[in-house]
Amino acid sequence: MSEHYTLHVNGVDHEVRDAWVGENLLYVLRERLGLMGAKGACEQGECGSCSVLVGGRLVCSCLVLAASAVGEPIVTVEGLAPPGAPSDVQQAFVDHGAVQCGFCTPGLIVAVHDLLDRSVEPSEMEIREELSGNVCRCTGYGRIIDAVQAVAVARRDAADVAGAEA
Amino acid sequence: MTVLVPTSLDEVLSGLADHAGATLLAGGTDLMVEVNEGHRRFPWPDGDTTVIALGRVAELSSWTYDQAARTVTLGSGVTWSEIEDEPLLTVLPALAEAARTVGSPQIRHAGTVGGNLATCSPAGDGLPVLAALDATVSLVSSGGRRSLPVVEFMVGVKRTTLEPGELIESITVPVLDGWQGYSKVGVRNAMVIATASACVATDVPSRSVRIALGSVAPTIVRCPDAEAHATANVDWDALAVASDVAREFGELAAAASRPIDDHRSTAAYRRHAVGVMAQRLLERAFPGVVS
Repeated sequence: MSEHYTLHVNGVDHEVRDAWVGENLLYVLRERLGLMGAKGACEQGECGSCSVLVGGRLVCSCLVLAASAVGEPIVTVEGLAPPGAPSDVQQAFVDHGAVQCGFCTPGLIVAVHDLLDRSVEPSEMEIREELSGNVCRCTGYGRIIDAVQAVAVARRDAADVAGAEA
Repeated sequence: MTVLVPTSLDEVLSGLADHAGATLLAGGTDLMVEVNEGHRRFPWPDGDTTVIALGRVAELSSWTYDQAARTVTLGSGVTWSEIEDEPLLTVLPALAEAARTVGSPQIRHAGTVGGNLATCSPAGDGLPVLAALDATVSLVSSGGRRSLPVVEFMVGVKRTTLEPGELIESITVPVLDGWQGYSKVGVRNAMVIATASACVATDVPSRSVRIALGSVAPTIVRCPDAEAHATANVDWDALAVASDVAREFGELAAAASRPIDDHRSTAAYRRHAVGVMAQRLLERAFPGVVS
């Protein structure tokens, strides 16, 4: 285990070799595996810019000991949609101007996917509470909340159409 | 350095038997900050370089409700996310309320009740609730098990009675019959370490009022004088409290605190804040009309 270990990231096994096993998952994703989506800022779980899913749970990758995440499915922002084909959440962020400097955006995108997977009709208060661990210093959050609500509405409309056709 | 990722309690215990000086990793929300900031270096000062990650041990991440004994036993690896929602929200409402104030969703998905207790920060959000509810902690090692009240487990700032080779297995929390709640002040509503906190829990059948304070002493403080005052002076039939009784309850709670000045606040503010929180919590617990 101290020599090398394997992480299952975005559906692909990645071997981590010759790395110090005390490294956090954020560092391993970025510096060992070249996945630059998750961002590092505070390295203490305050800012949420490194948010990823580990074992289906939204966590700060900077607080995950990478070597302890062996055998768990890990999803980063790169794993949410193929290149060139943004997810509905990514497209809504673009459409609603929810991106300014962009540094917090990957973490927010992962957090919003997680939120909308668990809650189909989140209230504004619920959105604010669920995204309270993702700090954005540019937008003031209004447009981010607009984007989340737009995706929720679009997904419900799509589900209604699918239900009517069935 | 070696990282062990056991999947059963037996594996954890054999790992601990081989490496009594191993570092236990629960949710990582405290330990990894120390690692990232270089405050924890490898090897550890005692020479053992083993980390035992507990996240994959199913026995530690489940909980049971013993309806006959009226207790909930939480595995030490139960996360704050699980505690803040149903069904635990209904049986342990103050703990759920405290859980909702722990960090952010990301932190609550990782952070555990056992980790909160093991870190034993005076600001640990779950700790005033566990103290007010007279919870007990069960410790296990390859040599056997022992249990003790959480207030005896917590002995100082980030110091507990956990021995090398021991692990927090579970925390048993009595289910009370009465209002209970947690209150906390900090600089934001979300993602904040408590400047001061308080839990009031009542049990109407036994006519008991408990109060515990956080962030105002080296460990969590119970306030026997305030508890006795409330128990003797509230109206148990109308579930009402007179305003002077509530005010004195707040003053007695503030008097039991031993806060310090630090980078987060001042002793004077903390003492004032816990008094106000205690008074308000008692008024919420006894909302009836004074006759």
